Amino acid sequence: MFKILLSRLLQSILVLYLLFTITFFLTRAMPGNLLASERAMPEHIRAKVEAYYGLNKPLTTQYAMQLGNFVQGDPGYSYRLEGRPVIEVIQQALPVSFQLGITAMIVALSIGIPAGCIAAARKNSLIDTGSMMLAMLGICLPAFVIGPILAEYFGRKLGALPAYGWEAGTPNTWILPAITLGLAYAAYLSRLTRAGMLETLSQDFVRTARAKGVPGSQILIRHCLRGGLIPAVAYIGPAFAGIVSGSLVVETVFQVPGLGRQFIKAIETLDVPMILCVTMIYGTLVILANFVTDLAGAWLNPRLRKSA
Amino acid sequence: MTSAEKGSSLWLDAWLRLRRNRASMVGLVFLFLIGAICVILPSIPDFLQDPNKTDLLHRNLGSSGEHWFGTDHLGRDLFSRVMFGGRVSIAVGLITTFVAVTIGVVWGAVAGYVGGRMDAFMMRVVDILYALPFLVIIILLSKILEPYTDELTVWAVDLIAGKSATAKQLNDTRTWVEPLSTLVPVFVAIGALSWLTVSRIVRAQVQSVASLDFVEAARSLGLGHLRILFRHILPNSLGPIIVYTTLTIPGVMMFEATLSFLGLGVKAPNSSWGVLIQEGANFMLTNPMQLLFPSIFFSVTLFSLNFLGDGLRDALDPKAAKD
Repeated sequence: MFKILLSRLLQSILVLYLLFTITFFLTRAMPGNLLASERAMPEHIRAKVEAYYGLNKPLTTQYAMQLGNFVQGDPGYSYRLEGRPVIEVIQQALPVSFQLGITAMIVALSIGIPAGCIAAARKNSLIDTGSMMLAMLGICLPAFVIGPILAEYFGRKLGALPAYGWEAGTPNTWILPAITLGLAYAAYLSRLTRAGMLETLSQDFVRTARAKGVPGSQILIRHCLRGGLIPAVAYIGPAFAGIVSGSLVVETVFQVPGLGRQFIKAIETLDVPMILCVTMIYGTLVILANFVTDLAGAWLNPRLRKSA
Repeated sequence: MTSAEKGSSLWLDAWLRLRRNRASMVGLVFLFLIGAICVILPSIPDFLQDPNKTDLLHRNLGSSGEHWFGTDHLGRDLFSRVMFGGRVSIAVGLITTFVAVTIGVVWGAVAGYVGGRMDAFMMRVVDILYALPFLVIIILLSKILEPYTDELTVWAVDLIAGKSATAKQLNDTRTWVEPLSTLVPVFVAIGALSWLTVSRIVRAQVQSVASLDFVEAARSLGLGHLRILFRHILPNSLGPIIVYTTLTIPGVMMFEATLSFLGLGVKAPNSSWGVLIQEGANFMLTNPMQLLFPSIFFSVTLFSLNFLGDGLRDALDPKAAKD
């Protein structure tokens, strides 16, 4: 077990290093000069600014410097917001995105898994086809269609919920963005749960339990849930990764001041330290999510534990 | 000779199974319809109104005989914008999927066939790429490739219209070449990262087919590796490849729409469904039709593709037909 964890850790470090390298050189290959966007700058000031950000050094030196900074956990100063450390911006944006992501995940799980179970229990019934059609609709309607519609209807017409913005202390500003972000994943999860439950329900031990007179709901929850959830749990990792990048869209739609907005702004203004930092955070989150998924999968499925 | 005596091939069986799947058939019909109107109508010269012609006196109109879907905030005809935009979206879906599936099939087939260290290495590369935040890399890549699109457009227009083309011919060619050439960064960026799942599936399939007797027979006849792989193994792995191709297209179209929505994909004044949805969302209050029409076309296309993909999976790969 320890050996597996160690190799996992080493692989994760390798992935993060590669991600850093790819992103660094991608940002350097981006068109435009970050200092060129402002009004013409006198030569001596320009030289000073370049020296300040280390831009006058050779590319490899810059790369080594940035890498060193990141290893020490300090990505330096933002180019766009002069004089503000990237870390400070991230400290404000990350909790917002985190709240959004977690709430969306709760939405996805609490809609998707029960819906999948019920559909599987009533296979080929109206409930089953109906909820699977809805699930397909949820997959096909992108967040940038659902978002504006929800904002318009619940936010403006009914006035029940704020149509945009985000207040950390007032959860009713979280509802619409979280639903918008979570719905597609609820849809995927319900399909996977249904498939997994159907597979488990067709096994012999279920027939035995039925023959012994165990009530249907009990079979579903006590006997089948654990086995039937395996495909859904395996999807939670990718789903989390998707939610992380999906928040780019939702944060734009609802004007949520999270990481995604910072990333889009950083891309538009070539704010290299910010781009790097947000990308690395995304990468770390994806790796963590995948790791937790594998652990959960091993916990749910004893057969996986032996082979690992 | 009747068909009963002929026996039925794998493909005929699959078609019969697919035909029984109502959702898939409805999807297929819709795809044909949408494909037909969005590809054919914009290709007929002067049939639709110019999708980029602004008319500031007739802005944000509702549906009428002249403008079937009304007009947008610059007075452009929404119907022809949805058609032209659809052609772009569909082209993105098909071309990018083609790129992704080609890479995925070759990568997965080689890994599965060669095996050993090579396989372990190639699959580790896939694992690592899986762990990257996709959308972020796609955004960066498309941003980098963006400045080259103007040159590409000029080059492509010259190539297609020919040197002796009139100004009108050049302009006509430009109207359909430009949306595509500005999208090349999107093709490349999405295609370069969407092949991972395909490569895993193909690898598994190739591994299982490679251990079958007829491959052994081919090998004992002295056929080369490439020939065995591409003539004998891959054709027998076609089912899952087709299924995942169908399921990759909607994912890719979603990526394009997302990029366009974020302002990083198709550039104004050209349109794709993603761009139209984004523009429509801005004018939801005054004219909800502007959001509704492109959304309907986009969603119905994705809906149909997903149902068709599911049906194909059940039809071509009965063993995997569980959900």
